[in-house]
Amino acid sequence: MLGCDVTDEAADDPVPPNASDPVPRGRAFPMNGGPRSGLFDRYDGRGGFFCEIMNSGAGQPNGEDATIALIRDRLAAMELSELRQRAAAAEAELYNLGITFTVYSERDSIDRILPFDLIPRILTATEWDHVERGVIQRVEAINRFLWDIYHDQHILRDGIIPRDLVLGNSNFRPEMMGLNVPLGVYVHVNGTDIVRDEGGRFLVLEDNARTPSGVSYVIENRHMMLRVLPDVAEDIALRSVDDYGMRLRQAMMEVAPEGVVDPQVVLLSPGIYNAAYFEHVFLAREMGVPLVEGRDLVVENHRVFMRTIAGLRPVHAIYRRLNDDFLDPDVFRPDSQLGVPGLVDAWRRGNVAIANAVGTGVADDKAIYAYMPRIIRYYLQQEPILSNVETHICREADGLRYTLDNLDKLVVKPVGESGGYGLIIGPHASRSELEEFRSKLEADPANYISQPVINLSTAPTLCDDGVQARHVDLRPFAITGASSWVLPGGLSRVALKKGSLVVNSSQGGGSKDTWVLA
Amino acid sequence: MNEPVAAIDLHREPIRSTALLSRYAESTVWLARYMERIENLARIIDVTETFTRTGQAEDGWRSIVQINADSERFYERYERAEHQSMVSFYVLDRDSPTSIATIINLARENARTLRPLISTEMWTHINMFHKWVRELTPNDIRPGQLSRLCARLKQECQTHNGITEGTFFRDQGWYFYVIGKHLERGDQITRLVDIKYHTLLPKVAAVGSPVDMSQWSAVLRSAAAYHAYRRVMPRALTPASVAGFLLLNNAFPRSLVLTLRHVYGALGQLRTDYGLRAGMAAQERIDELRAALADQTIEEIILRGLHEFLDWAQQQIHAVHDDVAAGFWPQPVVAAAAPAAEQPATLPPMTMEQRPGEQIMNGMRQSLPPLRSSTGEE
Repeated sequence: MLGCDVTDEAADDPVPPNASDPVPRGRAFPMNGGPRSGLFDRYDGRGGFFCEIMNSGAGQPNGEDATIALIRDRLAAMELSELRQRAAAAEAELYNLGITFTVYSERDSIDRILPFDLIPRILTATEWDHVERGVIQRVEAINRFLWDIYHDQHILRDGIIPRDLVLGNSNFRPEMMGLNVPLGVYVHVNGTDIVRDEGGRFLVLEDNARTPSGVSYVIENRHMMLRVLPDVAEDIALRSVDDYGMRLRQAMMEVAPEGVVDPQVVLLSPGIYNAAYFEHVFLAREMGVPLVEGRDLVVENHRVFMRTIAGLRPVHAIYRRLNDDFLDPDVFRPDSQLGVPGLVDAWRRGNVAIANAVGTGVADDKAIYAYMPRIIRYYLQQEPILSNVETHICREADGLRYTLDNLDKLVVKPVGESGGYGLIIGPHASRSELEEFRSKLEADPANYISQPVINLSTAPTLCDDGVQARHVDLRPFAITGASSWVLPGGLSRVALKKGSLVVNSSQGGGSKDTWVLA
Repeated sequence: MNEPVAAIDLHREPIRSTALLSRYAESTVWLARYMERIENLARIIDVTETFTRTGQAEDGWRSIVQINADSERFYERYERAEHQSMVSFYVLDRDSPTSIATIINLARENARTLRPLISTEMWTHINMFHKWVRELTPNDIRPGQLSRLCARLKQECQTHNGITEGTFFRDQGWYFYVIGKHLERGDQITRLVDIKYHTLLPKVAAVGSPVDMSQWSAVLRSAAAYHAYRRVMPRALTPASVAGFLLLNNAFPRSLVLTLRHVYGALGQLRTDYGLRAGMAAQERIDELRAALADQTIEEIILRGLHEFLDWAQQQIHAVHDDVAAGFWPQPVVAAAAPAAEQPATLPPMTMEQRPGEQIMNGMRQSLPPLRSSTGEE
C-alpha cells in the first residue's frame, strides 16, 4: 500500500479513546447555556413503521439494547444547531477530499457528493449475526445455482425453475457454458439489498451479483463519523469496517491461477469519467493493487499483461468494475474500447481470474428472485435464514389467484428484461387502472410477480425542519474466495424526501454510517 | 503456464515494488509540469504587472504572449496587450490552453488519474486549489487585486511542492515527478531569458538608465533569483550576467544547468534502483546539452547567438521529454483507436499549434511549442 491514504489518516485521526477528555461520560455534549432543544424533542419515530433507534427494542427478548439507549440519549442531548454545524463541516470535507462523483456538461464538470446523514443507523450484535448468516447462505446458493445452470442444469431438469426463465433471460450468457471458474465462485462480491418491515423483520428485496457499488461509502462514512461525532461514538465498541480491501485482495489471490507464487491482482476500471471512479480508486488503494484501464492491459499468447515502465508484466487476477458487455470486444460488444480483446479467452484457459464472473446477472434478476427461497432449499437443503419479501409468482395458479384477489393491496411487477417498467402499485392505483391491469395480467400471467407494499423501517435523519423519520434500507457486502466474509454493517441508504420509499442516490437518496455493535 | 514471476522480479529489482503502469508515469510527468507551469506563469504576471506601472506596459505584457507562443491566438481576441486583456486571457480564460484556469484543470485531471498513487493530501490540495481558481471572477484580477492573486497562486504551487515532498512515496513515480517538474522549469527559464534578453536588449540611448536596471532586476525577481544573484554577483548587473546566472549557475534552483542535473539524476536512479534502462537515450541527450553549457561562458554563447542557442536548448528539452515518453510509455504498435474512456466534449479545445510529431492525447498533455525565429526584436 502506497504512501498515505484515506484510511491511514482516519485511523490516526479519531479521538484518542482515553485521553483526558473534558467531557464527562454520559453527557456527551457541553451545555451552551440558555434554553435547550434536544434533537429528538419533536421526533416522531413511530408512525406505523419500525424505527431503527426509537423502538429497536421491540421484538428483542430482553427489551431494549442498553447501548442503543446510550447512543440515543447522547444524540438526544445534542443541540440541533450543533448537529447542523457538524453536518455542514462534514459536507465541506467530502468535497475537499473529492469523495464525489463527477457530472460532465459540455464545457465543465460538476462534482456531487452522496449526501451523508450524520445520525448513525445501529444494528445490535444479535441482529447482525442473523443478517450475516443469511447473506452468506444466499451467496452460497447463488454460486451453486450459477455453476449448475452453466453446467448440467439439474435445477431446470428437476423443474424447480422454468427453463425459459433462465435460458431465455437476457442476462444468461451462453458463452459461460462449461467454463470452470476457480473454486466454483462466480460472485466474489455481492451486495444484498435488505429492508425491515413494520415488525423489524429483515427481508431481502434484491440481490446485486454483478458489480455492486457503494462499499467505499460504508468505509468513508465511518471515518467521517468518527471525525465529526467522536463524542457520540466514544467508548462504544463497534465492529470495524477497515479490512474490506485486504479481504478482497485475499479472495482475489485465492481464485488466481494455481501455482503462481505471488499473483498480480489489478482493479479494472472504465476510467476517470465513470461515476464510480472514486470507489475504484478507493478500492485499488485499500487492496494495494494497480487501478488499470482496458488500454493498460494486453493479451498475448492467451495471457494477460499490463503495460508498465518496465515493459509488459503478467496479471493473474482482475477485479473488474466494467459490465459484461464491455469486457472483451472479441466476445461481447465489438465496439467496446474500454475492454481488453482476448480477455475472456485467457480466462477460459485458466490463465487469469475475473471477478465477478461474466453471466452472474441471471442470478440477481427479478424473475429468479422469486425462486430464491426454493433455490436455497434445493442446493443447500436449508430453510432460508433471510426471507424474501413475500412474493407471488403469477405463472403459478395459486399465486395468480391470490394476486387477482388482492390487486388493490399489492405491487405487481413484470419480470424478465423489461423489469422496472409497467409495474402497478395497487393502493395508489385508480379503479380503472386496476381493471386495465387485471386484463393484462390475465393475458400473460407468466410475466408477473406480486408483492405486498413494504413499509420500510425508518431512522432519525437531519432534515430541513429538524430531525425526522426517514426510510432506510441496508446493503451488506459479501466477499467470497475460498470462503465467504461479510463486511460488518453495510451501506445504509436513506430516502431524504419525506414519505419516500426510494433510497436511490439518483432520486434523493443519501447514506448513513451503519454501526454494528460488538 | 504460471512462471514464477515474483522470484524474477525480486532479482531484477533491488527495491521490491510493483512496476509502475506506463500511464501513471506519463500522468505524473504532466502533473508535475502543469503545477510548475502555473507557478512560472504567476511569477511572470506578477512581475510584469509591477513593472508595467513604471511604463513600458505594452512591451512587458507582450513578452508573456511571446513566452507562451500565444501571439496569434491572443491578437485574434484582443487588440492590445494591456492589463485587463492579458490577465483575463492568462488567468480566467477557460478556452485558452495556456491560461491558469485551463492548466489547473489539466493538472487536476492528471491528479485524478493518479489518485491511486498520490497521497490523499496531494489530491485534496489540488482539488481545493482547482476549485478556488475556477471560481475566480474578473473582480479578482483588477489591478489592485492582482498582486495578491499572484501571491496566492505562487503560494498554492509551493504548498503543492511541500506536500509532495513530504508525502509522495519515493518509488518510481517520484522520479517521474522530478523529471516532469525540472523539464518544465528548464523549458520556462530558457523562454524567459530568450524573450527578455531580446526585448530588453539595451538600445544605445538607454544603456545604464534606471529603467533598464529595474527591468533587469524585475526579470531576476520573476525567477526568484534577485537576492541570490546579488549575493553571487554583487558588482555588476548586466544583461549578460543576468542571462548567465539564470542559465548557468549551478546553485540557483531554476537555472537550466541545475534542472538538467535533476532530470539526469532521476533517470539515473530509475536505472540503478529499478533496473530501468529506458531512460538512457534521454540521458545521452542531456549529456550533450550539459556539455554544451559547460564548454561556454555566457559571453561566448551571446557572441555566437543567444537566441539560436536557446532555441536549440528548448528543442533538446522537448526531445528529452519525447525520449522519456518513447522509453517508458511507448504507444502500442497497433496504433489503435483513441483511449475510449475519454470524453472529448469535456476537454478544452486544443487550438494551439502543434510541433510535428508531438502527440496530444486526450487533452491532458500539452507542451508549449518551442520559441521559433520571431522573438521580441521588433
